[in-house]
Amino acid sequence: MRLIGRRLAGAVPSLIGVLIVTFLLTRALPGDPAAYFAGPAATREAVEQIRVQLGLDQSLAHQFALYLRDLAKGDLGSSLSTGQPVLAEIRSRLPASLELTLCGLALALAVSIPLGVLAATRPGSWIDHLCRVLATAGVSLPTFFTGLLLAYVFYFLLGLAPSPLGRLDVAFSPPPAVTGFYLVDSLIAGDAELFRACAKQLVLPAVTLALFVMAPLMRMTRASMLGVLSSDFIRTARASGLPRATVLYRYALRNALLPVVTTLGMVFSFLLGSNVLVEKVFAWPGIGSYAIEALVASDYAPVQGFVLAMALLYVALNLLIDMLYGVIDPRAGIES
Amino acid sequence: MDTAAPLTSAATAAARPGWRETLAHVRYVATENPVTLGAFGLFLAFVALAILGPWLAPYDPLASDTARALQAPSARNWFGTDALGRDILSRIIVAARLDFGIAVSAVLASFLVGAALGSLAGFFGGWSDRLIGRLADTIMAFPLFVLAMGIVAALGNTVANIILATAIINLPFYIRVARAEVNVRRNAGYVDAARLAGNSDLRTLAVHVFPNVLPPMMVQISLNMGWAILNAAGLSFIGLGVRPPEAEWGIMVAEGATYIISGEWWVALFPGATLMLAVFCFNLLGDGLRDIMDPRMRT
Amino acid sequence: MKRRDFLIRSAAVAGASTLPLEVLAQSDRRKELLIVANETGPNSLDIHTVGANRPAYGVSWVCYDRLLTFGRKTLPNGVATYDYTRLEPELAESWQLASDGMSAAFKLRENAKFHDRTPVTAKDVKWSFDRAVSVGGFPTFQMKAGSLEKPEQFVVVDEHTFRIDFLRRDRHTLMDLAVPVPSIFNSELVKKHVTKEDPWGLNWTKSNTAGGGAYRVESWKPGQEIVYARYEDWKSGPLPRIRRVVLREIPSAGSRRALLEKGDIDMTYEMPPKDFLEMSQGGKVVVQTTPIENSIWYLGMNVTRPPFHNPKVRQAVAYAIPYEKIMDGAMYKRSTRLWGEKDNSAGSTAWPQPHGYTYDIPKARALMKEAGTESGFETTLSFDLGQGTVSEPACILIQESLAMIGIKVTLNKIPGANWRAAMLKKELPMMLNRFGGWLNTPEYFFFWNYHGQNAVFNTMSYQNPEMDKLIDAARFEADRKKYEAHVKGFIDIAFADVPRVPIAQPNFDVAMQKNIGGYRYWFHLQPDYRNLEKA
Repeated sequence: MRLIGRRLAGAVPSLIGVLIVTFLLTRALPGDPAAYFAGPAATREAVEQIRVQLGLDQSLAHQFALYLRDLAKGDLGSSLSTGQPVLAEIRSRLPASLELTLCGLALALAVSIPLGVLAATRPGSWIDHLCRVLATAGVSLPTFFTGLLLAYVFYFLLGLAPSPLGRLDVAFSPPPAVTGFYLVDSLIAGDAELFRACAKQLVLPAVTLALFVMAPLMRMTRASMLGVLSSDFIRTARASGLPRATVLYRYALRNALLPVVTTLGMVFSFLLGSNVLVEKVFAWPGIGSYAIEALVASDYAPVQGFVLAMALLYVALNLLIDMLYGVIDPRAGIES
Repeated sequence: MDTAAPLTSAATAAARPGWRETLAHVRYVATENPVTLGAFGLFLAFVALAILGPWLAPYDPLASDTARALQAPSARNWFGTDALGRDILSRIIVAARLDFGIAVSAVLASFLVGAALGSLAGFFGGWSDRLIGRLADTIMAFPLFVLAMGIVAALGNTVANIILATAIINLPFYIRVARAEVNVRRNAGYVDAARLAGNSDLRTLAVHVFPNVLPPMMVQISLNMGWAILNAAGLSFIGLGVRPPEAEWGIMVAEGATYIISGEWWVALFPGATLMLAVFCFNLLGDGLRDIMDPRMRT
Repeated sequence: MKRRDFLIRSAAVAGASTLPLEVLAQSDRRKELLIVANETGPNSLDIHTVGANRPAYGVSWVCYDRLLTFGRKTLPNGVATYDYTRLEPELAESWQLASDGMSAAFKLRENAKFHDRTPVTAKDVKWSFDRAVSVGGFPTFQMKAGSLEKPEQFVVVDEHTFRIDFLRRDRHTLMDLAVPVPSIFNSELVKKHVTKEDPWGLNWTKSNTAGGGAYRVESWKPGQEIVYARYEDWKSGPLPRIRRVVLREIPSAGSRRALLEKGDIDMTYEMPPKDFLEMSQGGKVVVQTTPIENSIWYLGMNVTRPPFHNPKVRQAVAYAIPYEKIMDGAMYKRSTRLWGEKDNSAGSTAWPQPHGYTYDIPKARALMKEAGTESGFETTLSFDLGQGTVSEPACILIQESLAMIGIKVTLNKIPGANWRAAMLKKELPMMLNRFGGWLNTPEYFFFWNYHGQNAVFNTMSYQNPEMDKLIDAARFEADRKKYEAHVKGFIDIAFADVPRVPIAQPNFDVAMQKNIGGYRYWFHLQPDYRNLEKA
């Protein structure tokens, strides 16, 4: 518990840094929200009026103070382009992105770890090279390109995948919201058919994401396994005559997983922020596309809210990983 | 005088192998790793393309010809033409320079600054460690692509800003890896030996510890080079990439993406394939470099 | 659970044992459901709110009534369109112009009811009109374009009679009553949600409708989808055939095209021109094409920034624009050419009409020489990223062409939200832009684009007292002959002085399944679900 508290306390300076940098960055954006929202035919006076209305005529320090005050009340402001409170929008869109990212990650892990282990146990062989080549190929393409290609081949040409319409086909309505994850909620509601429909929509975007993160996971598994397999204690285990499988899975893999878990953390937070491109192609109502649209519209409240949410998520994730470390390898201490 | 270093002092010999040994080692690695050899050859080809680009291109990459727009690959245009009738092959060749420039500059900047900071943090610890750690954490707390977008959006979409944004978002990786690796090694035997031999802390760090840190960084660098190009491609997709009519692989793929459904597959495929090949080659190269530098990592 | 389509679900679950009755119901339901996909959806349910985007106008159009609407006509190419010369009843059953021509009285339908079943009265109409002229921003500006400016003009005569007193005789006044802005709100309902800071209840109407139009909003997930359901008691026109409309936001044009061609959606309309060209030739879907009235793609030059203050330089540019290339490479011929007439004098009062400039590099070079800028100069060409599908290739072509007469152009992409701010600042030296006016008269266009009042749309900062005189005269001129003289006069000046070079009049394309009928083009460029039906 003390460790968790210390971790959280350690994260506060970075959170503050995040708040300040985001605030400055959004204010540095070239757009003028006042001009945008004064309407298509506004005069300079009308724009000034809106500027005062939005509080943009105050000094930066003053605006930042106001922002912090609202934040303390739990008010993340409202999006200027959609007019909805940012907190509500993030709350409704975050589960969509999380669900997609987690599925993509799970898929990637299911493929990368076995491949990585395989490659590590036969280093230098053609299998090793093949695995390396495949994984690298996945990471070398831009995600929006892969997504479009997959949609084109599997939906348009072959008709195997469902239409890239978003989370759910038009004929269905979403399950009653418990977690916000359609897969989980549809199971809770006991609706197998809805579950299948939601899962179907997830396939293509999740595969697109998985292809992209397979490589770092696989290489990390392979590199880490290689390192562990060449270590003394494995040599001892082999020499002691332990069966291969035991050596591999019970001893080697467990020790090799540590760096993989770190990579997982980095990959996950990277994905959450960057799956905007996939969200755009598959019309996924996630938080990435929300933030990007706001950014391009110089709509700073959603951008600030989004970055804050991501930062908090990142801190929580790091905490989780540190705790996982402790479970996997009791030797790994937490540096102060 | 015998060119081979005398094997009297084990420490010095191990730290500085002769060039013959290095060459033999490289040859060994090359034959063991045909893929790496291939990647290296590809890398050289790309570098040649980047340097000689404008002279190799068959047509002017910026010359439009709307009468010949969106033509499939033919004898005249090996890779076909794009929406404005420009020759895609020429644009791809010329884009190599820009993309390589972006990748190398961004990663170099990121690596130098990040590795320096991380090494300092790992070696000296204390407040420098805490400060640098906080910096890395703050950057990493951002969703990286959005941060890159924000920087380019705020500062304007010029090539310099794209490089800056890419360098900034990659900084934390180098800081962390450098810090971790230096931290692990700072109490190693040879470090103490170097200190006792009279080296200052900084010199020990730079000359003795740092070279040992390079191998794990190599993997990072190779991945980053590829990410830098893909980052620029993603920015182009949103509209914050390089300005038209510049030829850049990413923006060509972004433009071509809209033509996939209507069947003009070549507009996106060739730049995409080139992009993939380049990123591919960087990644495989990184692996090979690591194998050369630290045989211990291989089995 | 409310929207769950029980029959479809049970039909699927029942599998092979579907009764013919259920199958029939399923296809019936499909006939009454329209699925539309578009790049952006509404960001508000009320056109009066700050920053309402174009799709929001579409919400107002189907969920609220207006006093009048426009009639219908058919274009030579077979597409049905609204007829701006014929006003027809909507909420107002009939109307009468006063004998002195300075007011009009409207008789409202007595059986009209809002969605919450309260009757529509003249009080509601007055409140709505007061609101439109008071909230500021775009709605007030649009009302002003029809000389509807003060709440005093709007008078409740009795419960079902409403009178508008005119400030001046403006032929745009009655037309302005049929645009989406003067929607009729359920004033009692909205008044329940007003506050001191928000006396018109804008915060509430942003996410709730208070109308009496043919459709009501069944559900709205901003940024994702909006679902309309037919209002069964609609009295202001024939009841729509389509019972439910789902409008889903799908940002990728490629996805939308794939969905349409596979039959998974019924209609889409914000696509690159190339896709429309191919879809119209492909035969799988139908593309309805209409030239957008009073709308022009143009290259504007800021006359306050040298060397564009010199008309010879502007004319040189006009001769150096690669018109045909732009038409082919950027617009895929889905527009009407506005260049290449025999000369620069106005042939009629039709607007847009083509000017006399053509692509003539030697002539352009000669003009540059005359202007003294033979050695060339550098400048920036800006365009709106939001219109980038057409703008970007067009600008690249223009950049290439201007280089041939010595003008070195750097391209400047400005994201949509910042575009308006950039235009307002009036600092851009050169820009490629598109303007379209709702009220289809040349003086309306010129008032906002060329007049010295220097509205934001006058991106060239053009000030010419002679032209202003002609424009002002034309706006209120009753005599037909004098009017024509004024209009031709200001068009002539515009072409000779050429502060902006008109390039093409864009088309509005809508792609839909073959079984959809009743489509009608409207000036607000939003679909009117009220007329549609599925065969």
